Amino acid sequence: MTATVAAMSAKHGEMNVERNWTEILNGPAFGEAIFDLVRRTACELPEDMETALKRAYDEEAPESTARVVLATFLENMALARKKQAPLCQDTGTPLFFINHPVGLSQRAMRRLCEKAVARATQELFLRHNAVDPVTGVNSGNNVGNGFPGVFFEECDDEAISVALILKGGGSENVGRQYSLPDDALNAGRDLEGIRRVVLDAVRRAEGKGCPPGILGICIGGDRGSAYLHSKHQLLRPLGDVNPDPALAALEELILREANTLGIGPLGLGGKATLLGVKIGALHRLPACYFVTVTYMCWENRRRAIRIEADGSCRFIG
Amino acid sequence: MSRDLTIPITEEQIMELHVGDAVAISGIATTGRDAAHKYLVDRLIEGKKPLPTEDQRIFDELKQIYRGGAIYHSGPILRNDAGKWSIVSSGPTTSIRDEIYEDKVIAAFGLRVIIGKGGMGPRTLAACKTHRAVYVHGIGGAGVTNARAIVEVLDVFKKEFGLPEALWKIRLDRFPGIVTMDAHGRSLHEELGKDFDERLAALLRGGSEG
Repeated sequence: MTATVAAMSAKHGEMNVERNWTEILNGPAFGEAIFDLVRRTACELPEDMETALKRAYDEEAPESTARVVLATFLENMALARKKQAPLCQDTGTPLFFINHPVGLSQRAMRRLCEKAVARATQELFLRHNAVDPVTGVNSGNNVGNGFPGVFFEECDDEAISVALILKGGGSENVGRQYSLPDDALNAGRDLEGIRRVVLDAVRRAEGKGCPPGILGICIGGDRGSAYLHSKHQLLRPLGDVNPDPALAALEELILREANTLGIGPLGLGGKATLLGVKIGALHRLPACYFVTVTYMCWENRRRAIRIEADGSCRFIG
Repeated sequence: MSRDLTIPITEEQIMELHVGDAVAISGIATTGRDAAHKYLVDRLIEGKKPLPTEDQRIFDELKQIYRGGAIYHSGPILRNDAGKWSIVSSGPTTSIRDEIYEDKVIAAFGLRVIIGKGGMGPRTLAACKTHRAVYVHGIGGAGVTNARAIVEVLDVFKKEFGLPEALWKIRLDRFPGIVTMDAHGRSLHEELGKDFDERLAALLRGGSEG
């Protein structure tokens, strides 16, 4: 912070708040909160997911493979919570989404995230998942170039909120990006075109992404921004309604239609192919029209905490 | 009701299995995924002979474990208490990544069971038919319930690949799964895939309802 800005802040009585935040970032409580977030995300599914999986179980035919599979999912969920063991052995790429007030050090927050995942790895809440792509060497603590992913957004709120997604490799591999128009799928640059390519993505993912899945979709943007925005969509609760009525209708339509494909839990047949579809939009170039689909497995491991300026913290998701 | 299979599994037992059968597998097996399969094929099966002593030792031991046995596509999380390893979480990983290797592994080692998730392709299916093996689909994501059926970690090969990628020698006790590719040439994945294609085509023919 430059001297001028500091002087201005002081004039507005903001200096104390800043000093508080620096103390909080450097104190043990913040690190402990991030570690708790990692542990809980790895071991306990959020409530909306639990409800959705129970409903899916109820809707499958008695004695069906789908029901046996869903029963195992529910048993695994309960056991993981009880034993505080990771739900899935693939604890994925940790992706942190941090909203913070003005003036905080993003480097300091990134370091705290790295420290938390290293500790969570040591305490067996995360698997060794960070591999150098050139040498093939595993870093052994889930810290490496761009690993974990940490994404920041400055906001007007006076608290810091940290959301975490643990994005497993099986589901990540079946994500896709389409560039419309798509000749083979007869998909034009409109909502119908989007519907066509997204249903294609669900078909191709089959059982490989561990359905019933959740789709995070971005329409527009560039190739890079679109993938990130599609992951932001996964932070939305399953039950929310898109504020854009056109997108809300499209989400509902794709969810309903995908669930008639018969793919079912783990692709072994059944009714539950998707549990949620979340669509966001970014402005695009006139020449480009991307539809980007991020697939999330039945273990939609996402949690969020809110850390107040006084250092207190609570889970908000 | 699931059928119990104890390693070593005979050719006759494999021939009695058909897609859709639930099975529970017991006995000694190993985990093995991307790096392990590459090593098995590039180094042990197709590598320059004679092999270096350490590789030859691993090759000989794996031949014993795999004869009539199983390989489990999984990258587990393990606990180490005073030098003794145990499994914390270990569900199956996506098998199709090993499609380019699996037929050679089945042929070279005499494996009877491949355990994974998501199914495999025509090369593995053909190898299952020729060499009398089945593909068993585990419950993906269910790391903790699967870990319950891995009762002992006996040894580890190629730990330098990283803990998820190493070959862990494990003892299974009624490890659960469903046969989705059998030794009669049937693949449930292939058959279901045709249904998915037809339903998708119908949806796309119909155009948007909304």
